[in-house]
Amino acid sequence: MSDSEDVLATAAGWRAAGENVALATVVETWGSSPRPAGSRLAVSASGKLAGSVSGGCIEGAVADAAKKTMASGTPQLLDFGISDERAWEVGLACGGKLKVFVEKLA
Amino acid sequence: MTPELLAALQEAQAEKRPVALLTRLSDGHQLLWPDSAVPAPLAEAAAAALREDEAGNLTLEGEAWFIHPHNPPLRIVIVGAVHIAQALVPIAQATGYAVTVVDPRRAWATAERFPGITLIHEWTDDAVAALAPDVRTAVVTLTHDPKLDDPGLDAALKSDCFYIGALGSRRTHAKRVARLTEMGHSADSIARIHAPVGLNIEAVTAPEIALSIMAEIVAVRRGAALGRRAPAAAAAA
Repeated sequence: MSDSEDVLATAAGWRAAGENVALATVVETWGSSPRPAGSRLAVSASGKLAGSVSGGCIEGAVADAAKKTMASGTPQLLDFGISDERAWEVGLACGGKLKVFVEKLA
Repeated sequence: MTPELLAALQEAQAEKRPVALLTRLSDGHQLLWPDSAVPAPLAEAAAAALREDEAGNLTLEGEAWFIHPHNPPLRIVIVGAVHIAQALVPIAQATGYAVTVVDPRRAWATAERFPGITLIHEWTDDAVAALAPDVRTAVVTLTHDPKLDDPGLDAALKSDCFYIGALGSRRTHAKRVARLTEMGHSADSIARIHAPVGLNIEAVTAPEIALSIMAEIVAVRRGAALGRRAPAAAAAA
């Protein structure tokens, strides 16, 4: 079982147990991002996490966004490490940049 | 992701069928390829992503799409239900590989020694050939017994598997090269075999040897310099 498959199965399990769940997926990377495109992080409404979208530097911000998507049902496309004044700018220690797509597991 | 799409994706994974998840990033609309008919550029990108095992992006009519390949797990076929095999199984599984153990010796290849692992008790050439090793498969022979290892290697050399490793010292391997040559395999073909098996980390214990084997398989799969061996050097050694 690949790690991405594992995260999907875990997320499906939480959903089946009645929890609200959001899935975050790395969709594009530039520079030295620690996790390749396709890497997933699952987040449950109660705060459970599975998988990763970075070495740990942006998981907190992604989890916050995931909770918004769980509530609204609206997907989000987040930019990290891009040098502008955007709310999502948390910076990556590695100097990489990435885009993360966040969706609700309906 | 809709419940229907999640179910279809998980079903494809259970059936070990390669599929690509296509996501329109503006609104999260998703399709599964090849299950759904999609515009030609998306289908081409999906096929390429599966072939390369690498996610990609495509802009089609002003819309950004994410192309996410979901290939079945890579496979390791282990010939020889020996102690090193027992150590290799959990490392291989943790690395994301599906493991099959081949050994006609039923006393070795038992469910007790390999819980939850597919065990095949056929003779090693038939067993390896029947598993149809492909470009996503590694074959490792560990029995240390030519009458079991050689037929397994013979079948592996006739396949497209991306990695072949054989346990045994350089001297053992030199004799093995002679036997495989006798069986009609060319020097180029035999040079596909990584022997002595594993990266040279001076491994001693079974788990250490298993770790060196797994590291070599990853190095070959990822195209790392460590995974390459000069055939000339191997022959001279």
